Amino acid sequence: MRVGLFVTCLVDLMRPSIGMAAVRLLEAGGAEVYVPPTQTCCGQPGYNAGDRLGAEVLAAKVLSEFEGCEHVVAPSGSCSGMIRTHYADLFADQPALRARVAALAARTYELTDFLTNVLKLDAVPGALTATVTYHDSCSGLREMGVKTQPRALLARVRGLKLTEMAECETCCGFGGTFAIKFGEISTRLADNKCKRIAESGADAVVLGDLGCMLNIEGRLRRRGDMKTRVLHVAEVLAGAGETN
Amino acid sequence: MQISSMHFKERAHANLANVQLQDNLQKIKGKFVAKRRDALTELDDFEGTREAGRAIRQRALDNLDVWLEIFERNATARGATVLWAETPADVNAHVLDIAGCHGVRKIIKSKSMVSEESSLDRAIEAAGLVVVETDLGEYILQINDYEPPSHIIGPALHKSKEEVADLFAKTHATPRKTEITELCLEARGVLRQHYLTADMGISGGNFFVAETGSVVLVTNEGNATLATTMPRVHVAISGIEKIVPTLEDVATLMRLLPRSATGQSISNYVDILTGVKGQGEFHGAEHMYFILVDAGRSTVLGGELREALRCIRCGACMNHCPVYQSVGGHSYGWVYPGPIGSILTPSYVGLRNALDLPQASTLCNQCGVVCPVKIPLPDLLRKLREQQFEQHLRPWTERAGLRLWSWLASRPRLYALTMGVAMRVLHAMGGRKGLLHTLPFASGWTKGRDMPAPDGRMFRDLYRARTKL
Repeated sequence: MRVGLFVTCLVDLMRPSIGMAAVRLLEAGGAEVYVPPTQTCCGQPGYNAGDRLGAEVLAAKVLSEFEGCEHVVAPSGSCSGMIRTHYADLFADQPALRARVAALAARTYELTDFLTNVLKLDAVPGALTATVTYHDSCSGLREMGVKTQPRALLARVRGLKLTEMAECETCCGFGGTFAIKFGEISTRLADNKCKRIAESGADAVVLGDLGCMLNIEGRLRRRGDMKTRVLHVAEVLAGAGETN
Repeated sequence: MQISSMHFKERAHANLANVQLQDNLQKIKGKFVAKRRDALTELDDFEGTREAGRAIRQRALDNLDVWLEIFERNATARGATVLWAETPADVNAHVLDIAGCHGVRKIIKSKSMVSEESSLDRAIEAAGLVVVETDLGEYILQINDYEPPSHIIGPALHKSKEEVADLFAKTHATPRKTEITELCLEARGVLRQHYLTADMGISGGNFFVAETGSVVLVTNEGNATLATTMPRVHVAISGIEKIVPTLEDVATLMRLLPRSATGQSISNYVDILTGVKGQGEFHGAEHMYFILVDAGRSTVLGGELREALRCIRCGACMNHCPVYQSVGGHSYGWVYPGPIGSILTPSYVGLRNALDLPQASTLCNQCGVVCPVKIPLPDLLRKLREQQFEQHLRPWTERAGLRLWSWLASRPRLYALTMGVAMRVLHAMGGRKGLLHTLPFASGWTKGRDMPAPDGRMFRDLYRARTKL
């Protein structure tokens, strides 16, 4: 099974080890991983900020890079959600492209969803002796239906104990450029999230999107919490450490 | 109402720092969410009902002109008069005309958000007449010098019991009460006198039923029943989009509205008012008027935001919105706050008068998934953002930044080169702790948060190294 890995720009730029973890997990599930070397961004920043044209250019690029793949997988609910639920809208008035995009959208998955429902991964290589809580990222949850998949996979990580925090489905306040345009409101939302994490008593918060990750980690550290770890679900499942 | 939506950011800043308000917002936040969730479990098929609700509202909008004419015909046949208001000012003019026509001196009102659009109460007072709000929340705001509502179903939700107790003691010149029941009884005592002496009652309208020419009022306090049946004249004011074809449709929507709004299976009162008091009938007004308000709605109907007109004003979108929960309804600066307000306000008062609102959302879609008539709120906010981008209604720096990003990201080699350098520099700046405390062009982020520094190497570097092994 040839699986195209859409690394996402934030993983590529900020936390490449997450992309490597995704490669290992897909391979552990028996997939042949293909990583188009020219990939960059799915176009979501432009799309959400009103720059439709900019988004369209990048969406067409993703389409050309991944069209040959049986499946497309991203370690991100929001980037996979962009492809699955919003690409069709971008090409609504271009019938030829629209059909191709719809076909691509239908085979695009968020990582944990793909591992659970397509690869049906039984065992995961990761081990982590810690109590963790899972933050449901908005797009993953509400666009891609990612809820039970990461939890089921995390339950198989040796040593890991999962505890639920209150309001785990509430937005952390990231929202792309919202985090900069309305920094004060965004910070308040992140603050609420940090409080719920602390109340859960977890050693680490695990999540599936880089945006939330940077936002929550950034607020935790500014609050003076240097201890609570913020981990991407792929890293936890694949086992931290080995990055190259 | 005066529009202050241009000051969203400043107001949000003040409201975030308002300890009392934050305390009040915290208290109500969980209640709405939990009550709605529990109430929905009573429905065998919520999603099916929700889809039916969407279809009913959409069917009404798809042929709105036809349904409005049917409504007018049926309402008129029952002895009511249907008036049309193209602008908010027309609403006020109609009300004052009606008042003049019937020698009205005192008007009592049950809740109407549409009348807030035209500041009807102030217009009535300016004409030398007396107007008394009878919805408890609206009454509280009225006696506080017409403080604007902060929520569409609970206009005074931002106020604590203590604040209301102070206000009542001052206004009514009575000893300060502390129990909610006592406060309610005091308000009831004051309001009862007005029901008995008013000449005209004004209500809103949750639905206008085309097949019967009726108005449906969904309330909890009983004030709407009194305000619409005791005075000689009843005027129902609502937007033209509130029409539904049949009573059967109302029954379906009523399965959704109270549950989505307050988490009630049904509201305490549901009034269906049809026509004037007939011969031998005991209840009802002798004269009945409908004012159907356009005020921007027909323009929305013909545009890409038309789905917003399906709204049945339950308030679930704001009750579930993390931004609304943090900044409160007053931050939005006009009649309708929260996610639906961020779409309606620019539509009704002009995008240029509400530039922040379409942007003031994380697009988390919590609003979209709870909306009982499936309004795709984030999609509509995004369409407004596209309009802003196209009309150059965003800072040029933002526009340039976005264009630069898509330009660079569509040139993979240049992207890898420049980003490779940038990430290494940022990594070095992050130091031992790997945190950036300030960032150029992103002070909005770094004022309240650190930015975790990048790892330095990009994924493509790691992957290339691995495949070479």
